Amino acid sequence: MQTPAPVDYARATSVADAIALLEKHGEEARLLAGGHSLLPMMKLRLARPEILIDLNDLDELRGIRIEGDEIVVGAMVTHAEILDSPVLAEHYAIFREAEKVIADPIVRNKGTIGGSMCQADPSEDLSAVGSALKGSVVIQGSGGKRTLALREFHEGPYETKVGDAEILTEVRFPIRPGAGSAYEKVERRVGDWPVASVGVFVVVAGGVVTDCGIGLTAVGAEHFCAPDAEAYLIGKAPTEENLAAAAQLAADACTPYADQRGPVDYKLHLACELTLRALRKAAASSQGA
Amino acid sequence: MTAVEEVPLSAAGNPIGFGSMRRVEDARFVRGQGNYVDDVNLPGMLHSAILRSPHAHARIVSIDASAAEALPGVVAVITGKILEGIPRPSLLGDNFAWMPTLSYDTQAVLATDKVRFQGQEVAYVIAESRYIAKDALELIDVEYEILEPVMDAKRALDAGAPIIRDDKGQTDNSITDVHGNKTWESGNAESTAAAIAAAKADPNCVVVTQEIMYPRVHPAPMETCGSVSYLDKVTGQLTMYTTTQAPHAHRTVYAMVAGLPEQKIRIISPDIGGGFGNKVPVYPGYVLSVIGTIVTGKPVKWMEDRNENLVSTGFARDYHMTASIAATKEGKILAVDVDVLADHGAFNGVAQPTNYPAGFFNIFSGSYDYPDAHCKVTPVYTNKAPGGVAYACSFRITEAAYVIERVVDCLAQELQMDPADLRLKNLLRPEQFPYMSPTGWEYDSGEYEKTMRVAMDIAGYDELRREQAEKRAKGEYMGIGISFFTEGVGAGPRRDMDILGLGMADGIELRVHPTGKAQLRLSVQSQGQGHETTFAQIVAHELGIPPEDIEVLHGDTDNTPFGLGTYGSRSTPVSGAAASVVARKVRDRARIVAAAALECAPDDLDWELGRWYVKGDRERGKTIAEIALLSHSSLELPEGVEGHLDATAVYNPPNLTYPYGCYICVVDVDPGTGQVKIRRFIAVDDCGTRINPMIVEGQVHGGLADGVGMALMELIAFDTDGNNLGGSFMDYLLPTAVECPDWELGETVTPSPHHPIGAKGVGESATVGSPAAVVNAVIDALSPFGVRHADMPLTPANVWRAIQGNAIRVDMAVE
Amino acid sequence: MEVTITINGTPVTSEIEPRTLLVHFVRENAGLRGTHWGCDTSNCGTCVLWVDGSPVKSCTMLAAQADGHEVTTVEGLEQGGVLDPIQQGFMECHGLQCGFCTPGMMMTGRWLLDNNPNPSEAEIRDCISGQICRCTGYKNIVASIQWAAEHPATSEVTA
Repeated sequence: MQTPAPVDYARATSVADAIALLEKHGEEARLLAGGHSLLPMMKLRLARPEILIDLNDLDELRGIRIEGDEIVVGAMVTHAEILDSPVLAEHYAIFREAEKVIADPIVRNKGTIGGSMCQADPSEDLSAVGSALKGSVVIQGSGGKRTLALREFHEGPYETKVGDAEILTEVRFPIRPGAGSAYEKVERRVGDWPVASVGVFVVVAGGVVTDCGIGLTAVGAEHFCAPDAEAYLIGKAPTEENLAAAAQLAADACTPYADQRGPVDYKLHLACELTLRALRKAAASSQGA
Repeated sequence: MTAVEEVPLSAAGNPIGFGSMRRVEDARFVRGQGNYVDDVNLPGMLHSAILRSPHAHARIVSIDASAAEALPGVVAVITGKILEGIPRPSLLGDNFAWMPTLSYDTQAVLATDKVRFQGQEVAYVIAESRYIAKDALELIDVEYEILEPVMDAKRALDAGAPIIRDDKGQTDNSITDVHGNKTWESGNAESTAAAIAAAKADPNCVVVTQEIMYPRVHPAPMETCGSVSYLDKVTGQLTMYTTTQAPHAHRTVYAMVAGLPEQKIRIISPDIGGGFGNKVPVYPGYVLSVIGTIVTGKPVKWMEDRNENLVSTGFARDYHMTASIAATKEGKILAVDVDVLADHGAFNGVAQPTNYPAGFFNIFSGSYDYPDAHCKVTPVYTNKAPGGVAYACSFRITEAAYVIERVVDCLAQELQMDPADLRLKNLLRPEQFPYMSPTGWEYDSGEYEKTMRVAMDIAGYDELRREQAEKRAKGEYMGIGISFFTEGVGAGPRRDMDILGLGMADGIELRVHPTGKAQLRLSVQSQGQGHETTFAQIVAHELGIPPEDIEVLHGDTDNTPFGLGTYGSRSTPVSGAAASVVARKVRDRARIVAAAALECAPDDLDWELGRWYVKGDRERGKTIAEIALLSHSSLELPEGVEGHLDATAVYNPPNLTYPYGCYICVVDVDPGTGQVKIRRFIAVDDCGTRINPMIVEGQVHGGLADGVGMALMELIAFDTDGNNLGGSFMDYLLPTAVECPDWELGETVTPSPHHPIGAKGVGESATVGSPAAVVNAVIDALSPFGVRHADMPLTPANVWRAIQGNAIRVDMAVE
Repeated sequence: MEVTITINGTPVTSEIEPRTLLVHFVRENAGLRGTHWGCDTSNCGTCVLWVDGSPVKSCTMLAAQADGHEVTTVEGLEQGGVLDPIQQGFMECHGLQCGFCTPGMMMTGRWLLDNNPNPSEAEIRDCISGQICRCTGYKNIVASIQWAAEHPATSEVTA
């Protein structure tokens, strides 16, 4: 088995302590959450930090709670906890549907939402979920906290706006009464990265769509979303024709590249097909079906 | 042969003979007390790591290992240049930088002039720890001059293609086998061509031609390959703990290659975490660990990473096949011709008997009754890892079974005939056995239709077809795929089978101790097949000694007899027969001893399980345990009869055995996404006598999972730059419990007429037969879209593209 | 750095490099070789053990992260010479062949049953979906876990 290069290790005792350690060591320090993105990269020697700052003692970064009209998920909340959370399930089916098809049960015990968001893999499922729900993140540095919309969070593949001496502490999702949501993923095998995934929420009121969010991952959609497709649906009835048109607009927002998971034409087709399927389910769920 | 009788149970509740019983070996494995090669730690042991080429084809300009050598904890760094300087004192000449392969080619131990595949061995680091060894790899500076690689096998023989084996003075990328041939043919070329031509011209006949690829896949056992080698300078003894399926063959190879005295080489194959053919070849890593211990005087461990396993060790398949099948419009098959382009990688390292450069591929004529068949196989070099024969292929029978079952389904589609009906119309009939196939295989026994009907019955075949019709009307797509396979296993008769000149007869030794307990020493060892249990059961069957009183030893060349090892499903056909033969020798000797003790003639005695008794006087007799004690006592024995109750045997099989089966797969396909779900898989196998049904079924389950894997997800493809795209388990996908259905098994029992207990091999049957069942099912589901064929793996992308009429070429990178 | 990890109830203290992976600590420093490794990318699951009662792929965790925590390995299943029902189940139902994936499968199976004493077949298959077996085709692994679910008391275990 492959092994990491030499590295130092420190355990943060608080968020402030973690930030101080980041400031002290600069860009050669990496935060260690679940470790299931970082350690594999270190074993392949693609990542060679000088020091790891372990966040696993920080209970202040855990927990899922309601704060006003938002659901707040601590950065260190694991995929397993998200999958099992009754709070999240109560508001959005998308969380459970997405987590069921992320990695495997053992990896889900360790991987965290903060770690996954900050790893910013262009195929990350939670990025599609977060973008679909138009969530936001709270980032903390020595200068204090700032909040950033998830649709502005990414700078590119594996790059986010979190600074070298900053920590993502929370992910926040707006609560939307009456929303239906769904997640559709195609993978070559259980646990694989998606060939394409789409997550949506839809609010249908008075027979028309009053709000919706469409998130896509693994297909090169900018900021993991399709705003034009969303805008198209607002004020329209969730008929098959309208949903199909929106799905095509969502696919038009994608620029996938070919790899062993599939060629471009197939991925574009999936972007459209999965958006349509997710919209159908979410709209039906919003209408109480 | 062996009727289904009531088998008595021992005091421990085990069948004294054939039947399901719990495995002896499990006691250590469930406690985590297995002893695998990476568990071996010897005093003073060093660790090692191999630097591998990032390029598929490049000249080595220079190697600077000085920084690596200077790293604290590094003991030595070895390069090809150093090995070149050590002459090999053996029959094979050359130096230690090159070694022979199992196909009479040569393979680099460490690259000297060029690297010829991505992942090829370039340098070897020996260090105090695994971690330091890997750190040192990064400090070795290699300057390469990149050359154009040959990645497309179909272009390997183009004029002007880059030459890979310039080390052999080759002017092209053809492979010449040990017989001096660049192609290998079997069957009757003339009559087959004539039959096909006639069928093309005949309005009452059809000829279907289809290109069918069996892509490059990998056995990927859960345990990677490795060795711990120790040359004791005082005694001159070389001990190697190594992941090998053929310890005695490896010992002889090391003796010949390294010029080491064979009696001083001890190969120990401890517990092996899966073999599947991956652990048959001698890999450079093993040789390097031997060189390492010679150089350092300490034990040296080499354990490969998973990436190394996938990119450099023996791959499987990689056959580009074009099959033509001629038949009447009523569905009577007339002839089959298959042309094969075989991608062997950069060194010809395939493992098979010398007279069979394409293995047993010529059994492709399959399970059907028709007179004319012909194949031609053309092997080529490419800039990929060496290999080809691996992953439970029974020496290329996986390729053969796949091509015939796929093209038969293409024929069924062309004739608009139910694929079950087409097969039933052509299956060999019981009275035709033993059956000489058009390519020279004598199938020993079979009741093919009976087995197929059992499978169709379990599946509820007619009901499935009704359901399919209903679903199609609703725009839902399910598929039903059949695979009927015959394979030949148990290599093999000395008269025409050897590997590297070593005959394939297996030795065996049985000792019955004074208290009547026994020890059986095998040449075949287990990588999970349960030999410690099943071989005891064979002896129990012959001698009536309870299986728990029989210890089975295997894997250590110092205390087991010579044999060619465990692969190709040969353990039961060859060593299983040997076990029966040697136990009968003991039984015959026991008769003489019993007669001496009972003061009668041996002919006056009859046998019942565990006991010789006087004919007509059943109470007077001696049990095996009593006879064992007597044979070690001072009892006077007849002139010429030796004491003790031990025997040895070397079993030379008269023929292969021919297990067969019928598999039926049911799938549901989502055409909107291309996803395939396997709903059901029915497998009816006939492997003759079943020594331990529980273990037989386990072997079948495992092979069926292989079929799911290969049909839907397993693939090693390359891009045009030479990058291996299947070098990790993120890319080389293996099936999990979610993709595998609950297997539905059935059996028929048609004993082998020539095997002492009527048993045939079974270890690879399911891997051989299952891929076609899955692929046939998917294509069947897609036939309303006009799809006749699509190559494995049928990933969602491949399925969707097939529906669009634009199938993906699987062996090259997706574009 | 020095770490102390309690493994199967016994503290093991060792001086290690921070980069030492937990699987190597368990195998080499603690000498418990029942936990295996089989890949480079956290896919195979032969390294699964428990950290604080929860299964983890130990090849993807530093020993340093487990400092001060509790680890349970396959060697900890047998108590006082009595096999855990999960171990017995694997023997009864031929849930193993080469044995290499078996410790990981049993640790996950044991955890599943501790949290869900009567899982469905689908739940069992989903729970082991992150672990690969090349020998058994999974049917008997599922049966083994079901056997353990049906025979939960060690007094029912016979071997």
